[in-house]
Amino acid sequence: MAEGCTRLEIERQKLRVHSSLEQPKTPEDLRARQLRARDLLRGDLEGADLDAYVEERVVTSTLEKVLNTARANSIFPATFGLACCAIEMMSTVSPRYDIARFGAEAFRASPRQADLLILSGRVSIKMAPVVRRIYDQMLEPKWAISMGACSSSGGMFSNYAVVQGADKFMPVDVHVPGCPPRPEALLYGFNKLQEKIRGNPTPGWRSRYNAHGTEEWARGGPASKPSEEALEAYEKAREVLGA
Amino acid sequence: MPDAPGLELILAELNRSEAGAVIDTSFDREQAALIVDATKVIPVLKWLKETPGQEYTFLSSVHGVDYLPNTPRFAVHYEMLNRERYERLRIKALLAEPEDGSLPHIASCVELFPTAEFQEREVYDFFGIEFDGHPDMRRILMPEDYVGWPQRRDFPVGGEPVIFTKDEVASPGWWQ
Repeated sequence: MAEGCTRLEIERQKLRVHSSLEQPKTPEDLRARQLRARDLLRGDLEGADLDAYVEERVVTSTLEKVLNTARANSIFPATFGLACCAIEMMSTVSPRYDIARFGAEAFRASPRQADLLILSGRVSIKMAPVVRRIYDQMLEPKWAISMGACSSSGGMFSNYAVVQGADKFMPVDVHVPGCPPRPEALLYGFNKLQEKIRGNPTPGWRSRYNAHGTEEWARGGPASKPSEEALEAYEKAREVLGA
Repeated sequence: MPDAPGLELILAELNRSEAGAVIDTSFDREQAALIVDATKVIPVLKWLKETPGQEYTFLSSVHGVDYLPNTPRFAVHYEMLNRERYERLRIKALLAEPEDGSLPHIASCVELFPTAEFQEREVYDFFGIEFDGHPDMRRILMPEDYVGWPQRRDFPVGGEPVIFTKDEVASPGWWQ
């Protein structure tokens, strides 16, 4: 490949599944498996054979984890566009960016059937009660992504008509920066939300700024309580500012 | 667009039937305008709409204006259009701010031009100019319970102060 070329060279590799459910290598192998499955169904498998068969095929987990995994991988966003960010939101559904890879391609036209509200654009103070009502109409469990600078902080609309950040009137799980964010950015934010739903959100800036424990939980989770380090950092900042 | 002599002709004819209504004329950047006493704006509009030879039958726009340091402070602009000759004429009705702090009033032209209904509501919404005789004088774009007239020049812009690094260097602690 020429120097500075933007194209990538792709090495083709055979995909290998590293689990006990490895693909059978030969037709004989496959046949042996089929026979064992038939024996199990007939009730012919006993003792060590049965144990080995079960161990090969069963994964144990907690109910919560399974539920959360299922929820994270089948989110139904609400069809709800506010402004120009909605154009980017629409293109995330298109085959080029394809939010269907993460199981959220079915945008529901009713908030009653939706899990996720993407605030795609500026929220004017006249629209705020409407957005809040739509959010309240969604059934639990529900999440919200604030997409773009305007719905996160008011953005360039620092004026009398626009709410300075949608989290003033409703809980927001993920803020996606950008004006407007590219579809990839929205997908990244969506992946962050999935991690949050699965129960292990990445600390992100909190690890850099020593602010573990300052997370705010809208519902469910542990009570919001700043950590020792965060409190110390806060006091130090207050001293520096002389407040 | 009537040229400058055409504007004077209109003024001469208008003075014959509606004497004293027009305060001044202006012809700036090829745009003709009649500056009109706010109490007599409806007869002027009616004359321009119905007189043969004028027939400005289309009201393309109504604006509110706030000229804050100047007096009279407010104005309502009517953009008239003759669609056969393709001529535009602007009517500026100057409005003083009442001494007692109440809202300025002007007569509504909805009877004459039904299209003015929403536009006068918009002027009311943003400038607090009340139109007497309007069938439904309430806010149109801002929420019903909004307080204030946001497009007036003495209305704060709103939003939230943002602590930029440049401002902190120029004047430390400006937000306090």
